[in-house]
Amino acid sequence: MDTSSRKRLAENTAFWIFRILSLGVIGILFSILGFILSKGLSVISWDFITKMPEDGMTKGGIYPAIIGTFYLIAGSMLFAFPIGLMSGIYTNEYAREGKIKRFIKLMTANLAGIPSIVFGLFGMALFVNGMGFGDSIIAGSLTLGLLVLPIIIRTTEESLKAIDNSFRHASLALGATKLQTIGRVTLPMAMPNIITGIILSIGRVSGETAPILFTVAAYFLPKLPTSIYDQVMALPYHLYVISTSGTNIQESRAMAYGTAVVLILIVLILNLIANAIRRSLGKKYKIN
Amino acid sequence: MISSTVTTLTVLLITIFLFKEGTSLFSQSPLEGDNIIVVNSSNPIAHISSIQIKDIFDQKITHWDSLGGKKDSIILFTFNDLSTYFSDDEIGANFEFLPHKIDSLVNIEPGIIAVFSKKYLDPKFAGKKIKIDNISVTQFLSEKEWFPTANPAVQLGALPLILGTLWVSLIAILIALPIGLATAIYLAEVANAKMRNIYKPIIELLAGIPSVVYGFFGLIVIVPMVQQTFNLPVGETALSGSILLAIMALPTIITVSEDAIRNTPRSMKEASLALGANRWQTIVRVTIPNSISGISAAAILGIGRAIGETMAVLMVTGNAAVIPHSLLQPVRTIPATIAAELGEAPKNGIHYKALFALGCILFLITMIINIWVDYISRKRGNYSK
Repeated sequence: MDTSSRKRLAENTAFWIFRILSLGVIGILFSILGFILSKGLSVISWDFITKMPEDGMTKGGIYPAIIGTFYLIAGSMLFAFPIGLMSGIYTNEYAREGKIKRFIKLMTANLAGIPSIVFGLFGMALFVNGMGFGDSIIAGSLTLGLLVLPIIIRTTEESLKAIDNSFRHASLALGATKLQTIGRVTLPMAMPNIITGIILSIGRVSGETAPILFTVAAYFLPKLPTSIYDQVMALPYHLYVISTSGTNIQESRAMAYGTAVVLILIVLILNLIANAIRRSLGKKYKIN
Repeated sequence: MISSTVTTLTVLLITIFLFKEGTSLFSQSPLEGDNIIVVNSSNPIAHISSIQIKDIFDQKITHWDSLGGKKDSIILFTFNDLSTYFSDDEIGANFEFLPHKIDSLVNIEPGIIAVFSKKYLDPKFAGKKIKIDNISVTQFLSEKEWFPTANPAVQLGALPLILGTLWVSLIAILIALPIGLATAIYLAEVANAKMRNIYKPIIELLAGIPSVVYGFFGLIVIVPMVQQTFNLPVGETALSGSILLAIMALPTIITVSEDAIRNTPRSMKEASLALGANRWQTIVRVTIPNSISGISAAAILGIGRAIGETMAVLMVTGNAAVIPHSLLQPVRTIPATIAAELGEAPKNGIHYKALFALGCILFLITMIINIWVDYISRKRGNYSK
């Protein structure tokens, strides 16, 4: 074999290995999805998502857990969205380049890297014990809100950064103030991308378990909350308890599969929506 | 303006709260409540460590001479043994005679070691109080026994948990890095735009699946698989955890290293191709060396994710707090320990504080990792300018 064909062979072999390994990654995802969906889809029924759990959580539905997760999503977004949005706008539109901005960015990255269980510890120390909220929707929502804050800040920042400066200059040249420019030009243009970030953080909130373990989640609570100081059941925690620590793990397997399917479907649908927004946006502004 | 400092403020608050609770663990006695330990006044031993206390009460140490004392065999007295030593009448209805009874018991038995609450200490007590080392940072980081609820003295050696965490995460990255890197190179250099558009949402989805779902999948698929393959009594092992963490770290590794590879200046690649190198040679000799700092950032970030992962690991690693000697043994990681034990730890007790101290360790590790990655990417920024 001469050098050039040996070179070719090496290249082909390497590229095929890459192809196979990356197909493996897809394979992993599909085996996880396939396995859980195949076993759990049959469990899903109208009763399953609208009924209370029965018989030591081996029968019935997961209605309170769905509602609980919904409250946690709403609560955490109510808190994290305005703050994250303002923070992102400030960092990109107002803050001057320099040490302070770099420090703020590093801290945002740091916050994003803090393990979720540490958020749980913090939420318990500050919201549950410190502020005396007890195990409650408000304590859980605040903890989860802090967890997704960096995601919202970062997407706001990045979507604002993607907007060409000529738009800002045009608006300012027409006599608009900086605040008007942000409110009427930059923010509306960035909004679809920001919404994508919000959707992805909703996905994160609905699936996180560790931060809610000690701040809100109830093991078994077959009634709906009446105030923000109540405990709730939540989907991820429900899946955790019925697959590991229930008294009848085997009998509740079907319920576990069903809960896992609901969680996966939530994430799947949120991802699809986010992608659809991104795609239509890419067509509109020719970004991405 | 204020809103932009919210992340800084949060990080600061987290630091304050974690460390306030965590550090209050240290320089306090390992004895629960207001217990004291006393011995007979003739006993030459004045000082024992908390591990020795555990061994004594587990009856692994049965004679004082193994601690350097006399030949007497050790006689245990705790509050639970009350009825074997005294009758109800002797103690009195409200324990009013108990201090005196304990005093005389300690004086009669030369080999006794007694643990009881300070409030039952007789004012004219003639025995000797034993000094016990307070919990120290070095002890916490280096001792090998984790029995946070042991009676009468808790054992807080976090070493097995720290090693377990690092061990499981490291193996996970060793599994994930080759696969992740191959995929990243494929996506950045080999695949066409159409394939990339298929891969991107899939990797995003992989990143979006909740960790508890991964844990559930691990529990019913990976754990039995590991058990059967290696013929083990239980499948909940370090290896199961590592495999699962490897899958979970893949999206981070792929996205970060793909970005790094893609950032290689086109001119460098074209120069290499123009010199007659083919694409593979260009990748190996030009692209990868140029993006190596980004790739290492990807690996470090992946390790960071793995170290902090809680639920998935909690569900598949078996949670035995022992120093792992093989991949096929159960281990217990720091996050899993916090998640499993905090619910049962009484608020502001030693156990509760110890779990916060573990949280501090975890926080410090991830903080170091983040600052390290920031440093690497800053260096890379300067280099390509």
